[in-house]
Amino acid sequence: MKFRLEKRDSRSTRMAVLVPVASLLVSFILGAIVLLISDANPFQAYAAMIKGAFGSQTKLQYTLVKSIPLLLCGLAVGIAFRLKFWNIGAEGQYVGGVIGITWVMQFWTFLPSALLLPVGMLVGILFGAIWGGIPGVLKAQWSVDETLTTLMMNYIIIGFAEYLYFDAWKAPRGNMGTVLYPKEAWLPRIWGRVHGGIFIALILVGILWFVLYKTRWGFELNMIGKNKRAAECQGVSIKKNIILAMLLSGAIAGLAGVIDAAAVTHQLTKGVDAGYGFTGIIIAWMSGLNPFISIIVSVIMAALETGSDALQMTMKLPNAMGAVLQGLILIPLLAGNIFIEYRLLVIKNRKEVTA
Amino acid sequence: MNMLDFITKLLAATLAMGTSLAYATLGEVYTQKTGILNLGMEGIMLMGALAGFTTAFNTGNLYLALMMAMLVGGFFSLIHAFLCITMRANQVPAGLAITMFGTGLANFLGERLGPASNGYNLTGMNIPSKFSNIAIPFLSDIPILGALFDVSLLTYALYLLIPFAWFFMYKTKHGMVVRAVGENPRTAASMGISVSKIRYIYTVIGGMLAGLGGACLSLSFTPSWNEGMTGGKGWIVIALVIFSTWNPARVVIGTLVFGGITSLQFSLQAAGLKMVIPSQFLGFSPYLITLVALATMTIINQKKKGSFASPSALGTSFAIDDK
Repeated sequence: MKFRLEKRDSRSTRMAVLVPVASLLVSFILGAIVLLISDANPFQAYAAMIKGAFGSQTKLQYTLVKSIPLLLCGLAVGIAFRLKFWNIGAEGQYVGGVIGITWVMQFWTFLPSALLLPVGMLVGILFGAIWGGIPGVLKAQWSVDETLTTLMMNYIIIGFAEYLYFDAWKAPRGNMGTVLYPKEAWLPRIWGRVHGGIFIALILVGILWFVLYKTRWGFELNMIGKNKRAAECQGVSIKKNIILAMLLSGAIAGLAGVIDAAAVTHQLTKGVDAGYGFTGIIIAWMSGLNPFISIIVSVIMAALETGSDALQMTMKLPNAMGAVLQGLILIPLLAGNIFIEYRLLVIKNRKEVTA
Repeated sequence: MNMLDFITKLLAATLAMGTSLAYATLGEVYTQKTGILNLGMEGIMLMGALAGFTTAFNTGNLYLALMMAMLVGGFFSLIHAFLCITMRANQVPAGLAITMFGTGLANFLGERLGPASNGYNLTGMNIPSKFSNIAIPFLSDIPILGALFDVSLLTYALYLLIPFAWFFMYKTKHGMVVRAVGENPRTAASMGISVSKIRYIYTVIGGMLAGLGGACLSLSFTPSWNEGMTGGKGWIVIALVIFSTWNPARVVIGTLVFGGITSLQFSLQAAGLKMVIPSQFLGFSPYLITLVALATMTIINQKKKGSFASPSALGTSFAIDDK
């Protein structure tokens, strides 16, 4: 018996749905092995995680609150990934957003308080866009490798943020963190802990879906990702689009930071680099870069995080379990992607059977 | 402290710091020479550090610890090889997946493999012995250069490994095969070379060296286990491969420069420079310098029309029946 791969005439939609779902299951099975090795009952552990993520109204609210920045970061990197620009700097662009809004909240005191929130959000978004735009320009103008530049820029801005909350912008009392934003400039809550950011995120999903699937620009981005040379022949400017896509990508990652700061933390403090930017990569990849599907995926990823926090409290298991499961999802997903574009032929006694 | 002493100490610190980087960079050079980009280094190094530490902690045998680190590193890069070669996955997200899974798992296991008395945590535990510096009599007394002869066994091994890697890559027939696979897999295949096999082998070897690089941290440099203790070194490695222009001999320069900058940063902090420059700025300076160096080098390279080019087939999948 032999195996051979044959290119499909068109992408298989059935596989495009089946592969991510199967990957989630495979990651849970592999995760169960990790749990067994570390002397824990996987059924108990998973039950505790589900209960911890969705078990009560408050827990569901926590999960939803976490899914908002995750969704936005997933959308952000998804735009860059469309043209195969590997933006792994959403984490830094997110931190840039938080620095921006904190700067306005703390130092632009001449503004009327009603303007603090909108202006702060805009400045934060701008910071994110600049932090994403720099690697974009470096790549477009001189083809400097973007995986490394975006990543190095994470370390730089996270270090800078540390300097701000430990030192330059530290509140007079306490040993870290800036002064809390004025209460009237907080992003209001709408249901328990869930805040208005959820509307901003959902509206953005709709806008992005329209832009990416229904406009000429979205079409151009897709074309660059699929075949650079063909796109160039059609007169699509690759340089311009890389820079534009990275400005937008950074802006959205910055927006994620801005919203979380305005609605949840109300300050710049330790833990601002919570890893949302990295998890966003998994979300973008698992949703097949589709904004609507990103909504579901980001809730699942948020649930893994709140669930693993619960795991730590109830079963004394390290909350890194969430990261293990998140990382594990990508492996079968990447392995399975081939079946979307190829079909597996099983060659048995000279007869070809399609599977 | 006089200047001579300072420089000798700095060189010693640089060598200690650079050892871990040199192993992993050498590994990544082997891997990339065949056309496979492995961005999983950060995760693989962290798993190597954990595997080495936990083995040394439980058995007290440092050599067994090194073997375990290599085994684990090899296993993780095998996953990467399977994704990129057999399943033809895009090499960038595949490497990211390895890094995310590796760091997650290492941090998880670091809180499970420790003794019950420490809440199963490995952090804060000590290993019975570590790779200490071995001074060669007379040679180690030379000013400045003496530092080269007062290093750990792990560093001495590099003195042999790096020239060997250069000789292997550029002076042997098998090294030529490896380069051919990375430069032009189609021609290599038509010459009867199994591209997939070569890529598998060197991706796994690369991972084993990265695992070893991780173990250098937990068994020698800072003999301990700490969550995320690689702190981005796996990413620096990717940049160092570019700085070395894929030449194993030049790995030395990159690791010495980077190790030097990082050590200098530490000694400046200790010397009280943080009164002038905030410690966080010194902390991220290695990454800033890497960023600037990477951009400068890429731009110069373009002006010179690619004289330091990467292996032509780097990052692309290859299958014989592809059209």
